[in-house]
Amino acid sequence: MAADLTRDDVAKVAKLARLTLSEEELDLFTEQLRQILTHAEDIAALDLEGVVATAHPYGLVNVVRRDDVRASVNREEVLASAPDAREGRFAVPRIMGEAP
Amino acid sequence: MTSATQIARDVKSGATSAEAELEKSLAAVRARNEELNVFLYVDEEGARAQARAVDARVKNGEPLGALAGVPIALKDNLCQRGVPTTCSSRILEGWRPPYSATVVERVLAAGAVALGKTNLDEFAMGSSTETSAFGPTRNPLDPSRVPGGSSGGSAAAVAANMTTISLGSDTGGSIRQPAALCGLVGMKPTYGLVSRYGLVAFASSLDQIGPFAKNVEDAALLLEVIAGHDPMDSTSLPEASPSLVAHVNDGVKGKRVGLVRELIEGADDEVVEAVSRAAAALREAGAEIVELSIPETRLGLSAYYLLAPAEASSNLARFDGVRYGLRVDAEDVTAMNEATRTLGFGAEVKRRIMLGTYALSAGYYDAYYGQALKVRTQMISAFRSAYQKVDLLLGATTPSVAFKFGEKSDDPMAMYLSDVFTIPTNLAGEAALSVPFGVGETGLPIGVQLLGPGRSEASLFAAARVLEIARAS
Amino acid sequence: MALPEGWEMVVGLEVHAELRTATKLFCGCANMFGDDPNTNICPVCLGLPGSLPVLNERAVELAMALGFALHCTVAPSTFHRKNYFYPDMPKDFQISQYDLPINSGGYLDLLDGSRVGIERAHMEEDTGKSTHLGGTGRLQGADRSLIDYNRSGVPLVEIVSAPDIRNAAQARAYASELRGILIATGASDGRMEEGSMRMDANVSVRRPHEPYGTRCEIKNLNSLRSLVRAIEFEALRQIEVLEAGGSIRQETRHWDENRGETSTMRFKEEAEDYRYFREPDLVDLAPSEEWQARVQSGLGPMPAQRRDELASLFEGDAPGESIALAVDLDLDRFVRAANAAGVDLVLALNRATNELAASETGVDALSEEAFCETLLMEQRGELSATQTKTVLAELLAHGGEPKVIAKAKGFEQLSEDSLATTIDGLISAHPQEWGRYVEGDDKLTQFFIGQVMKLTKGQANGKAVVEVLVERRARRH
Repeated sequence: MAADLTRDDVAKVAKLARLTLSEEELDLFTEQLRQILTHAEDIAALDLEGVVATAHPYGLVNVVRRDDVRASVNREEVLASAPDAREGRFAVPRIMGEAP
Repeated sequence: MTSATQIARDVKSGATSAEAELEKSLAAVRARNEELNVFLYVDEEGARAQARAVDARVKNGEPLGALAGVPIALKDNLCQRGVPTTCSSRILEGWRPPYSATVVERVLAAGAVALGKTNLDEFAMGSSTETSAFGPTRNPLDPSRVPGGSSGGSAAAVAANMTTISLGSDTGGSIRQPAALCGLVGMKPTYGLVSRYGLVAFASSLDQIGPFAKNVEDAALLLEVIAGHDPMDSTSLPEASPSLVAHVNDGVKGKRVGLVRELIEGADDEVVEAVSRAAAALREAGAEIVELSIPETRLGLSAYYLLAPAEASSNLARFDGVRYGLRVDAEDVTAMNEATRTLGFGAEVKRRIMLGTYALSAGYYDAYYGQALKVRTQMISAFRSAYQKVDLLLGATTPSVAFKFGEKSDDPMAMYLSDVFTIPTNLAGEAALSVPFGVGETGLPIGVQLLGPGRSEASLFAAARVLEIARAS
Repeated sequence: MALPEGWEMVVGLEVHAELRTATKLFCGCANMFGDDPNTNICPVCLGLPGSLPVLNERAVELAMALGFALHCTVAPSTFHRKNYFYPDMPKDFQISQYDLPINSGGYLDLLDGSRVGIERAHMEEDTGKSTHLGGTGRLQGADRSLIDYNRSGVPLVEIVSAPDIRNAAQARAYASELRGILIATGASDGRMEEGSMRMDANVSVRRPHEPYGTRCEIKNLNSLRSLVRAIEFEALRQIEVLEAGGSIRQETRHWDENRGETSTMRFKEEAEDYRYFREPDLVDLAPSEEWQARVQSGLGPMPAQRRDELASLFEGDAPGESIALAVDLDLDRFVRAANAAGVDLVLALNRATNELAASETGVDALSEEAFCETLLMEQRGELSATQTKTVLAELLAHGGEPKVIAKAKGFEQLSEDSLATTIDGLISAHPQEWGRYVEGDDKLTQFFIGQVMKLTKGQANGKAVVEVLVERRARRH
């Protein structure tokens, strides 16, 4: 399966992860990921039928908090870190397409 | 240099002042930081203010915290309000968080003086601090070698006597391995013992914050200060901080210690030998040594290199140039995201993001991520079974002493193998520490690893103390 | 609206409702509509590095309440991450529920007797809001977008229906009934115009009994009217395409209210890969039997039950439409209270669905006691119909007490004596009209009432006048 990993797969994954790879990087990463995944084959090949994933190692459940208002952070302090802030909001270049 | 415990005592008694201790630390930083690249940022102004505040409290007879006047170094993936927090990445260069991590608030409330932020592998991904975007950190014991990673800077800060204590984070061994390579005590606590609120997440189900120190008592003291329930972290264990310092000298009489074959096999001879001698030392102190095999640990590396990158790929998605950090402008927001992340992330981070994205993607989830989750369940039960027979486990921390720069950085797999002995504990969510025991041919320190079930930190420190004493004699 | 012969539409609705909690789903920021941008934010809802979510207990309760009201199975659940990049999502993943939602397998019975299945009603966090600069102010053609994260992290319940809906009217009825339940459980205020209830419609068409056709999703419909118009347009559009020999592309479409049509929003070769995995920063949710029981027993009656209860008070045929309206407007409690106090049911229902419903300031200022009191005064003849409406208007605007208001406005009760005197005077003044009335010409009742009203400046009670007229007529015989 790991050997099945193609350059195309890596290109697709890079797109999903919002990364641009050069041609050389595409080659290099494909090779490296293939190697790593080859090691992961020992996992893929195991018969783990009936084994269930563990949520929290010490079985914590139902951790909730009360519906009480807490102070917010200072807007100016947060916007000071923003690459582009206007009118009290975070500005970004135009969005192509609506949200999924 | 003295110990954190001693400094705290002396500050309290008036034998020294917080400002004086701070000056010593700053001098040590000035002496070697350029050479070693330990601190990415020294918060001189903030530290002085904290030190003055402690001294004022002493003068006024006000109550003092357990770390009053003790300088401490913080790994740069811990948020400290108003102080640059970069995770050693270009993508966060210059970012000052508007809030502090819970552990940072706790150490400051205990009176510690936060000297600055230390270097790490970028976003904690690495085992040598070589993937930092701001240059590697050098091992203070031999600057031609790595200090280990990802918490290389925090380890080096203590090894170079810039501070007596520091905080790091451990996801696959990132505290224990640098501790071993730098001759320090370093612990990864039980998952959930220490709050992760304010720790920039790498792999959420594996990350834990823990202490570095020159000796066991200091490590226990620091852990006591930061541990305990935090309502801001849903995965935080419900109980308050455990008593640890009081149990450091409990000894190991009557304890059963399992020597785990799989946590020794493959290590260099001198490391294997050190582990043997450690077993002997424990036996002499009254422990029973039992040979054990936990074959499930062999799957740890593979499972880890599916789980950790998968969670990381999601945790690092937020670095998109919109709200903070680096932005490379472009025509539209998607192009901006891509340009920003491509420039902002280093190769190792990109590699893991892609590996993780792949492992989670449609069609591959079951075979990779889904399977790895199941392997993790098996790891948990394997350890729990082992702890039915023994109280603690003993093994190597890392296969070799500190290696030279560039030795492993070309081959990702070779680097990943440094974590083969430490990873299983992260997967199981249990506790483990590295304690120095012996020196290799090169004169470089060797660390041995003690592992325990969840919430066994007190026993682990007690066993480490036994080895510490044995080493000294 | 009927579809062309031989076609049937298949519709499923996804409704996102904002929960009425004081704070957001995973942090203590205020859950508030309309505040200055980015003033209700914190490291958690801003997704700052190092932040962690902690679940809001009240949100869980409201989600459970909704689940019970929709006859769902309320089960142990987990949270998952839905991963995708979008600037209004601070973490570039949304914490939602995937294969183990808190509520599943329920249903909703509609007024027309049909039943629509509810596949699931799960919890998730809302996103921030973007406004677009430049161009038309809409997304297309904007140069920059500005993001406000006040709404980011607000708790949502997403209610997904089964594809059981077969026409637009039924879709409207479903949405309306669901809204009533959201309000009745206290889960949401159902204000579509404020975005606290948003609807997406999945529409496909087919020949009856054939397999389902390819569906298109119409997103973000925020009124019942748009819902109906969009569904009808889309069904017709699809039929037109198919009848011309084409095929339907699975896509998401946008409804343009002004142009009255749907248009392609986004077409993808492959579906978005969300790479769902369990949220490692949260632990599992398994509400105890005891907690569930408390929530379930704390539920008041739902709209359907309230309609039935109100209808049962009527002897004979109950006016279904008025009852439905009263319940829909959450005014039925006034009717019940009035009825219990002895007010005529028809009168109470009438006043509720007219005078109370028309109030521009809502009914918050009006107490049930005041409503009952006013109507009892009307019933006793102490207030005319006109006077009653005036008193109610005053109560709705400013509250107060009916008797005090009536007095202040000079609505003195005309004593029986003075009324009788007034009428006797009119009888003498209009002997011809009186003669015809006595002979049995009841049309003249209106004449005399009119005259009485003129003389008393509208302060007489019509019923009382008729009583006197009838009594005087009877005396003659």
